[in-house]
Amino acid sequence: MSVKIYVPRDSAALAVGADEVAEAIVQQAASRGQSIELVRNGSRGLLWLEPMVEVTVGGERVAYGPVTPESVASLFDAGFLAGKPHALALGPTEALPYLKNQERLTFARVGITDPLSLEDYQAHEGFAGLRAALALTPADIVQQVLDSGLRGRGGAGFPAGIKWKTVMQASADQKYIVVNADEGDSGTFADRMVMEGDPYMLIEGMAIAGLAVGATHGYVYIRSEYPDAVSVMEEAVRRATAAGFLGKNVLGSGKAFDITIRKAAGAYVCGEETALLESLEGKRGIVRAKPPLPALVGLFGKPTVINNVLTLAAVPFILCRGPKAYADYGMGRSRGTLPFQLAGNLRHGGLVEKAFGVTARQLIEDFGGGTESGRPVRAVQIGGPLGAYLPDALLDTPMDYEALAAKGGVLGHGGIVVFDDTVDMAEQARYAMEFCAIESCGKCTPCRIGSTRGMEVIERMKATPAEAVPQGKLLRDLCSTMLNGSLCAMGGMTPYPVLSALDHFPEDFNLAAETHKAA
Amino acid sequence: MNSMTTREAQAVEDALTRFRDEQGALLPLLHAVQDTLGYIPKEATPTIASAFNLSRAEVHGVITYYHHFRQTEPAQHKLALCQAEACQARGCRSLTEKAEALLGCNLGEHTADNRWELEPVYCLGLCASGPAMELDGKLYARITPERLESLIRKKELS
Repeated sequence: MSVKIYVPRDSAALAVGADEVAEAIVQQAASRGQSIELVRNGSRGLLWLEPMVEVTVGGERVAYGPVTPESVASLFDAGFLAGKPHALALGPTEALPYLKNQERLTFARVGITDPLSLEDYQAHEGFAGLRAALALTPADIVQQVLDSGLRGRGGAGFPAGIKWKTVMQASADQKYIVVNADEGDSGTFADRMVMEGDPYMLIEGMAIAGLAVGATHGYVYIRSEYPDAVSVMEEAVRRATAAGFLGKNVLGSGKAFDITIRKAAGAYVCGEETALLESLEGKRGIVRAKPPLPALVGLFGKPTVINNVLTLAAVPFILCRGPKAYADYGMGRSRGTLPFQLAGNLRHGGLVEKAFGVTARQLIEDFGGGTESGRPVRAVQIGGPLGAYLPDALLDTPMDYEALAAKGGVLGHGGIVVFDDTVDMAEQARYAMEFCAIESCGKCTPCRIGSTRGMEVIERMKATPAEAVPQGKLLRDLCSTMLNGSLCAMGGMTPYPVLSALDHFPEDFNLAAETHKAA
Repeated sequence: MNSMTTREAQAVEDALTRFRDEQGALLPLLHAVQDTLGYIPKEATPTIASAFNLSRAEVHGVITYYHHFRQTEPAQHKLALCQAEACQARGCRSLTEKAEALLGCNLGEHTADNRWELEPVYCLGLCASGPAMELDGKLYARITPERLESLIRKKELS
């Protein structure tokens, strides 16, 4: 009888040798006359254990990891095909606390199915949301998304249903669905994991959005740093089209929906929605002034829904299980779950999907297992390069858009980057300004020039302690100009990491703890 | 202006055939040219501009705006080291110094013999298993200085 073996094809597994492990397993099996069925699944998200190999034993999956090509022979010797013990054995996958303690709605299938298998997808509720949507009126679909409380997962947290409603009500000969898959924030990889691990979920979410607002064409704008995500999505669109889930006649409904995959070209600011639209139109990715909103004047001047990958990926669940099933999770105005990404100096980095309301400390300690270096946590950056650095004292804040904002933080795309006590926070602040200088589109002055001046000011504070107080005042003044005077979040939020570093770690800037606020 | 080589002209023509009728397809076209040649010849700008009914300035603007596009031939080997926060928290700064010493060129530069170029990259999406890098198109994570050195040596011998 052939044994089913899973070796992930997620980039995070490939980058630590998953292909070589898969090859070694095939060779060992052949040389031992063992019949195996190799499935290249998505990642379960326990990234410190990658490549994590799973074997199906008696209908249950048993995990081993991190597996190296060299350890494969010993795994066969130990009888891992029968789930036998080995130094790398982790036990039944579903029983691993890291997975068991999550609330996986969006990531329910990721790591379990073969990402490109339409049969596998449908055997796990795939396209049930689209079928449900086809029986509804556009207004009813929008109402379900509104009722679910789903907010944009790209960082701004704008209610998705309101955006959809605006596009639905706009009249135009052509409307578009655009997926923002320009996941450039350091510390985030959930979009990549969805595209590589469950691409049909995103396709299904897009098709439902198309039905809701009357759009017949969708674009997925994927960063060029994600070549694997690009190729999986392209193949998934080909297969879904051939099978009638996309195309001129979606599931025989008479409704059309097509998807084009577009590769970005390395400009961080194209993650800003209007810059992204410019880029899709074949131009430099320069931010547009709003209004008009993209919902009314978007791609090629037409009404456009532009949503993050995780926003659209949440939609099939909402349509399939109902808006209440989704809204039952979460706290306050943050409904549902967020796939958190634990990154940086952590023992157990990975993907943790939890309802809003979990604290950073729970994520870092209970899931993340503390720092990999074993040193104390000093600062945690939440929400990417434009997110604030939080000190240990603020880590009990619940992960909720409003609660975090009240503490001067931003949830962003749910990326959490942990630093130990060796970090120089003035250097992190300087880097935030440098990154802004490198990536600024150049359209508005506070961002284009302020970022370079900001770097210089921080360098002066570090180099000349006697200058730290007046330069610190200048830095706050500059940050205020950037916060209030920039066109988009690039210049407008670069002050978040800078000011939070200054507020919570003044000693790194040669400022005395008690005088910095007055400075 | 110099003219393109036959190979360059062919790559541009093939890409134009594929994308000239697709709306807003300047980026896919440039990707196709660069995927074939490794760069976008400067001399291609007028040809592309005229096919897309754009000014040369607009096409030049797009090529030079995006970090990914380049107008010069790449070095034989390209090493891109992630410089973003999550990799900083896992030691990418000292790893970068190590790479600079091993290759004899600074970040953002190439070696005198153009065998190597060392580029910064801002996030490869491998943030839980940094430091991460891309070497000749292949991703690597959890890179130690020893591993970096052995990977570079292996390429040197190839």
